[in-house]
Amino acid sequence: MRTLEVRVWRGGAEGRFQHFEVPRRESQTVLDVVTHIQRAQEPSLAYRFACRVGMCGSCAMTVNGVARWTCRTHVDRVAPDGRLEIAPLRNLPVIRDLVTDMREFFDKWARAKGRFEGRRTRRDDFERVAPDSEARRQVDAAIECIGCGVCYSSCDVVAWNPDYLGPAALNRAWTLLRDVREATNPERLRAVAGDAGCHACHTHLSCTERCPKQISPTAGIAGLKRAAAAAALKGEL
Amino acid sequence: MNPALRARNHPGYWAFLVHRVSGILLALYLPAHFWVLGLALHDAARLDAFLRWTDQPLVRLGEWGLVLLLAAHFAGGLRLLALEFLPWREWHKGLAALAAGVTLAFALAFALAL
Amino acid sequence: MSARREALLWAAQRASAALLALCVAVHLATMIYAVHGGLSAAQILERTRGNAAWLAFYSVFLLAVVVHAPIGLRAVLAEWLGWRGASRDWLLAAFAAALAWLGARAILGVFL
Repeated sequence: MRTLEVRVWRGGAEGRFQHFEVPRRESQTVLDVVTHIQRAQEPSLAYRFACRVGMCGSCAMTVNGVARWTCRTHVDRVAPDGRLEIAPLRNLPVIRDLVTDMREFFDKWARAKGRFEGRRTRRDDFERVAPDSEARRQVDAAIECIGCGVCYSSCDVVAWNPDYLGPAALNRAWTLLRDVREATNPERLRAVAGDAGCHACHTHLSCTERCPKQISPTAGIAGLKRAAAAAALKGEL
Repeated sequence: MNPALRARNHPGYWAFLVHRVSGILLALYLPAHFWVLGLALHDAARLDAFLRWTDQPLVRLGEWGLVLLLAAHFAGGLRLLALEFLPWREWHKGLAALAAGVTLAFALAFALAL
Repeated sequence: MSARREALLWAAQRASAALLALCVAVHLATMIYAVHGGLSAAQILERTRGNAAWLAFYSVFLLAVVVHAPIGLRAVLAEWLGWRGASRDWLLAAFAAALAWLGARAILGVFL
């Protein structure tokens, strides 16, 4: 039977790669490999997963250097030579082994005002949102984010600038900025502009390259830059 | 592949790196460039001597290198303006390759002119 | 406030970039022409001295460069050298002033 040579990160920020030999199977995913190791070889291995079918984003890890959803990553695609290196997501503190502390990721989401606040109450009529309007099309292109952290983990600016809000938070802020129902957009623009916000993005496009939902946070961030400049020039920022 | 490169080995990243490094080198070069040209003001003799120095093949190569840097920064800059001001389209991912092509075209034109 | 300042710097950077796109295209074409024509320094200066159009062009070029280069370096200093804050901005202002001074001397020497 063919085997895979798998190196898995053990420990916290300090640690080492532990080596395993895992039987290779047809249509095997990287999550299958991690699950096999924990069940059959090393019960103390810590890792996250939930849906196993590419909907929740919980299983995101660094596979052969690249952030991916492990349940949607076929071994054949990333390890043609039978070698796998599995590590936790970058740019986040490591709790243990393959599990990262996502608090800072979601804190930045909140700091970017990534929360919807509508103008109307249940006593008002519905807001009309034209689905084919320019604004709604922009929102639709970016709305499918499930907060998996792959973009955040792939971003060099996040690594270079600890305060940088990051692609996911800024992308969400963009969808709200373009939402006609939103009540707090002037404050939102102030929250996302600045050297910890959209202006720190240098268009590396790593987020766009790696997003498993094919979202382009870079596009949304560019929109935030334009909006911030327009507001600043009008004295509204 | 070098572990640091594995996640970064895509066109957008290389385009960024070329743009940043060319920008830094050009920014360092400019004061020297202006100072030499300023010699024309009241030290024509020194300017002439300097210009004779630039006739050497290695210096010519350096000049070509500067043109390459400027062309790269220029083409990469146009790409960034497109990415930041035009509505996002899938084909924008090909802009890095386009910028590289434009850069090489300018560099080649200068090399042929030499 | 950081947001307003960063937004205006971004706008200035992109505006100067658009201007420089034109200036650099002209400059590159001119350099290729001059080198291809085998023009000597004396021949070039003959064409540039007293030329009001070139003087105006390169003055605009210089202004755009003086805005664009320091703002560009600002991000590099912050991200790759960890240098943020007022002292960095003062250094960049000094760099801008130096570029403007040297550039003005160059323009005067070549075009006046």
